[in-house]
Amino acid sequence: MNEASRESGPITIALAGNPNSGKTTLFNALTGSHQHVGNYPGVTVEKKEGFAAHQGVRIHVIDLPGTYSLTAYSQEELVARNYLAEERPAAVVDVINAGSLERNLYLCVQFLELGIPLILALNMMDEARSKGMTLNTDLLAKRLHAPVVETIARHGQGKNRLLREIVELTREGRRPWRPLTISYGPDLDPVLTEMTARIEAESFLTDRYPARWTALKYLEGDEEITLLGRKAGALGAVLESSVKTVAEHCRKTLNTYPEAIIADYRYGFIASLLKGVLTHDTHAQRIAVSDQMDKVLTHTFLGPSIMALLLFGIYELTFTLGQTPMDWVEAFFSWLGSTVTGLMPPGLLRSMLVSGVIDGVGGVLGFVPLIAIMFFCIAFLEDSGYMARIAYMLDRVFRIFGLHGCSVMPFIVSGGIAGGCAVPGVMASRTLRSPREKLATLLTAPFMTCGAKLPLFILLSGIFFPSHQASALFVVTLTGWAAALVVARILRSTVIRGPATPFVMELPPYRWPTLRGMCIHTWERTWEYIKKAGTVILAISILIWAAMTFPQLPESRVQEFEIRAAELEADGADQEVLTALENERGQAALLHSMAGRLGVALEPISRLAGFDWKINIALTGGFAAKEVIISTLGTAYSLGEGEVETESLGRRISKDPNWDLPRAVSLMLFVLLYAPCFVTIVAIARESGSWGWALFSLGFNTVFAFALAVSVYQGLSLIR
Amino acid sequence: MNKTIPLRQMQAGQSGVIAEVASGGELGRRIRDMGLVPGSPILIIGRAPLKDPVALRLKDFTLTLRNNEADFIQVHVDE
Repeated sequence: MNEASRESGPITIALAGNPNSGKTTLFNALTGSHQHVGNYPGVTVEKKEGFAAHQGVRIHVIDLPGTYSLTAYSQEELVARNYLAEERPAAVVDVINAGSLERNLYLCVQFLELGIPLILALNMMDEARSKGMTLNTDLLAKRLHAPVVETIARHGQGKNRLLREIVELTREGRRPWRPLTISYGPDLDPVLTEMTARIEAESFLTDRYPARWTALKYLEGDEEITLLGRKAGALGAVLESSVKTVAEHCRKTLNTYPEAIIADYRYGFIASLLKGVLTHDTHAQRIAVSDQMDKVLTHTFLGPSIMALLLFGIYELTFTLGQTPMDWVEAFFSWLGSTVTGLMPPGLLRSMLVSGVIDGVGGVLGFVPLIAIMFFCIAFLEDSGYMARIAYMLDRVFRIFGLHGCSVMPFIVSGGIAGGCAVPGVMASRTLRSPREKLATLLTAPFMTCGAKLPLFILLSGIFFPSHQASALFVVTLTGWAAALVVARILRSTVIRGPATPFVMELPPYRWPTLRGMCIHTWERTWEYIKKAGTVILAISILIWAAMTFPQLPESRVQEFEIRAAELEADGADQEVLTALENERGQAALLHSMAGRLGVALEPISRLAGFDWKINIALTGGFAAKEVIISTLGTAYSLGEGEVETESLGRRISKDPNWDLPRAVSLMLFVLLYAPCFVTIVAIARESGSWGWALFSLGFNTVFAFALAVSVYQGLSLIR
Repeated sequence: MNKTIPLRQMQAGQSGVIAEVASGGELGRRIRDMGLVPGSPILIIGRAPLKDPVALRLKDFTLTLRNNEADFIQVHVDE
């Protein structure tokens, strides 16, 4: 390490690699808790960055999205490659799953062709060894002209060596890119040379990519580069015609495509790299444990049964473990509410603090323990590799509904296993290549039981199905799935018609997830939820409290109530009668407020589904964020009652004669299905690239939900 | 005896060597990125509960494909 690098600020390196190569684990090991999650500007691909330090040198680590290739077909690939071209990090650390070295090197070769300074991290060395693989790392490093470090990221092994190599490689500051030239055989080499010369002559993109690399992308049919070429003028047309000629030649003489030849030669290059580097112990060619497990876990009959049991088990676990801490948090907020009530004089400020802030935010934060446990379980499914099996097992079913096996992920993240959130769920749909299946997934993922809707379901099923709470919630979740699938089918056969896209997916080997990794995942998502509660929900709670408080009752009505109270007191009426009067006054005030008037105005329609004006207020607030529904109900009930009472919302509802089973079921159904929250709508607009689809989901879902709620309410009321 | 059959017709547990990938465009590229190129030995691990997609093992990892995508792939199998 020299003084210059210490003074010139942190060096930036990018972490790249295939999905399932242990990239995230290595990133966590390198950066510890000093990390930041965001999105790349303009696109919704997740951007993680963090800092590491070695011998006084600060290293800024960017975690690029996992990709198999650098051809710009998916957003992830495009982001990875544009990041390298535009930001020019000092080096790329290519994280390679040593257990599937050959295929992982396919991406590595593309980095070499790009010429960016490269370090290889051969990760999961323990698994590779237990598979009976022996690697000559030094020989590989010599052939690649790049440092190769063996790591076991889950145990932090090799981390220091890797940091040392990074510092070593970037010691003299930014190194120029040195692209590797691979021969692509007699059919492609001449045309490559010719195209490279033309690209160099016109300096087309040469500030971003090596000329030969651009030529290769043309031969691979890269959409982005082709479009850039067209904008650049005549050169684009010339290059395209060269590609067309050679493609026709390949088809006539070899019955193949240029991109197939390119892939063949790359794999050939990899095979020659690995000669003498990789030896398989043939005696140990036993079937991997993973394959054995798949025989059971994806078995025709056992597989689906285990999957259903597992998902149901997650509910049971969440509720059994979550109940106690949830009670604590609730007890804390009711203590806080009564303390503040006791300490402050009655008035608007106290009302805002107790009814707006504490009841509103407390109602949301009360569910943090449950949501954290749920996220922990999802992190386990993802990190263990089981999630990919779910996609594999369900693809055939999903295809019937015009979706893709990979739609499972967005659905599950959105709350397919209750407790998710539609915002990351909608973002997860970007792994879907087909715009049609992606759109169908985007528009139906908000039907799932997200963490924000969950509080209401838990509350109502606790009151109306006290002995079957877990089953009730399971049914709600299944209803979300059914609605999503049916609506997807309807959409795919009407507004978004078109053929299905390929399902070429890797099944990663089963792994026992690390506690640390799961904790990081759980914390990231739970923190998002808490942050939302502390900011957006807080603001909306106060806003809604204001709408429920102003305009206040006119002076004459207030006096009327005070005179009646004074009369009653003079007559020596007991506390109960006085409380009843106080309640009446609260109700009158709420009805007089802006929110009350809106709620009443909606009643003629909403009555069809069994909703009264208080619920209407809550549901209107729910357009902003679903958490608001329960906090608004809380505020409505706490404003509408006497001051002394600090009962929980659940007790208040169970005592209210207006609440019955049909209303509870109809409300749960409506909340499950109606318009996505504001943040989700923004996410849909971004992912689909049009506000039209976002508005469509707002209108369509609300009408759809209302129609179902009405029919269920009317039906249930008839039966009773 | 040696013969070439479409991947779709292979049974669970059967192995072979890829002879041809007759697909260009996006599907072809996805298949090749994953390492399904002529000359690669493969083993059928099994099929999803509804017999589709199919899971197969390439040298060192497991991959899934739908049957109608497997139709583009011809495999040399031993008999």
